[in-house]
Amino acid sequence: MKRSTRRRLTQGVLYAIFAAVVLLVLLSIDWGRIQPYFFNVDVARDAFPGILTIAAKNTVVYTAIAFVGGMLFGLALALMKLSPVLPYRWLATAYIELFRGLPALLVIFGFAFAVPIAFSWQAPGGSVGAGLIGLIVVSAAYIAETIRAGIEAVPKGQVEAARSLGMNPAWTMITVVLPQAFRIITPPLTNELVILIKDTSLLFIAGMAIGDRELTTFARDSLTNSANATPLVVAALLYLVITLPLTQLVAKLERHNKRGR
Amino acid sequence: MIPVAHTASGSAAVPAIEIRALHKSFGDNEVLKGIDFHVDQGEVVCVIGPSGSGKSTLLRCVNRLEEPTSGTVLVEGIDITDGETDLDGVRTRIGMVFQQFNLFPHLSVLKNLTLAQQRAKKRKRAEAVDIARRNLAKVGLAEKADAFPAQLSGGQQQRVAIARALSMDPDMMLFDEPTSALDPELVGDVLEVMKQLARDGMTMMVVTHEMGFAREVGDRVVFMDGGVVVEQGRPEDVLGDPQHERTKLFLSKVL
Repeated sequence: MKRSTRRRLTQGVLYAIFAAVVLLVLLSIDWGRIQPYFFNVDVARDAFPGILTIAAKNTVVYTAIAFVGGMLFGLALALMKLSPVLPYRWLATAYIELFRGLPALLVIFGFAFAVPIAFSWQAPGGSVGAGLIGLIVVSAAYIAETIRAGIEAVPKGQVEAARSLGMNPAWTMITVVLPQAFRIITPPLTNELVILIKDTSLLFIAGMAIGDRELTTFARDSLTNSANATPLVVAALLYLVITLPLTQLVAKLERHNKRGR
Repeated sequence: MIPVAHTASGSAAVPAIEIRALHKSFGDNEVLKGIDFHVDQGEVVCVIGPSGSGKSTLLRCVNRLEEPTSGTVLVEGIDITDGETDLDGVRTRIGMVFQQFNLFPHLSVLKNLTLAQQRAKKRKRAEAVDIARRNLAKVGLAEKADAFPAQLSGGQQQRVAIARALSMDPDMMLFDEPTSALDPELVGDVLEVMKQLARDGMTMMVVTHEMGFAREVGDRVVFMDGGVVVEQGRPEDVLGDPQHERTKLFLSKVL
């Protein structure tokens, strides 16, 4: 048998196996029983427009706030961890180890309830605002480690070149090191972002007014009201509608940035 | 800029670089074992020697990319090991060219040349661009202003790196094995640019393995081995009639 024929035959078999498995799964689903509870068109229709205009919108807004906050705070932590001043390094290390080790749900709860009482403090944006600060605090710990790794991955010669031209440490960091570091860490940062989108579903623990609900909370309320799980399926699809274009966009951005390497 | 810089620069009596009793150790490894060395203004000094002899470390001590363990490094009479010295200010007057080019890969060629002009010399953008284009033309790469470093050959990248250093209007240039990372057929272009610089009267300290360049362009050749200056003098003397055994041994291997 010729090599090309054999290759084509192997591929044909692989495709056939794939199609068979998909077909088997689809056929073994009891559509008649699952459809009324999970794919009920009337219930799905009732979820709109609220699930878009309130829930999906809030998910996007919370993610944006938490990501921007986490990036800024995480950058500060990363720079502290690389600082020549020892107490700064200790502080950053302790912070990162602490908040990476705690479940995000507990931290959000703490910031929503314990911190306001302890410090007689009112978060901007009420209980959701306080919960968001908890989410920022957690994501900053992860992002800090990612940024630190990115900074350390920029070749030492880059800093030497900038410093030998008379640029001070701050300008060297801002114009030479950080732009290259962020290019290196675009894939893991995308990961952080996608995880954050889903972690906004933990904000419910802070307590939410009707208009504050994000996708998961909104869908769970609808589930309770309609005794039907279809809103959860709609919410799941909407999460994908948010994440998939985002990851595509980042992939495109990455290809664009390749020319500068 | 600190006041002492004014009194020091421009006076022909002051050497561009003066190094006294310089020691440098990395941990237990003493790389420089008491170096006395100078480069006069307008002089081209080539430093040669086997790898591990400390010549690159010596060069990197001049703009304090390496911290001297002890000893004095004077640049135009200014002690750069003094904590009070405006190190960034002094560095704008010392151009440096690296073996690995170290261009900024995320910036266009033009931005590579204007960045430090704007950030360290506080030049306006228009002026910086003007100077950058002039220096690109000088190294024969005027048409590459909008290219990115990755799109250039090694030789072109190194010429851009030279143009970048020149754009700061330095009083002197340090070259750290500028042709060692290049394919043989690309070495010539870079050396040609360096020769032109020397003809224009630039003060240069060149760590190199290019004996032809040292012989042709150098005013003085310094041979280092084992962290000390073994011998120095006019290129034809050091390269043509070496006095020390170690120099003879080294030259017999590279010539």
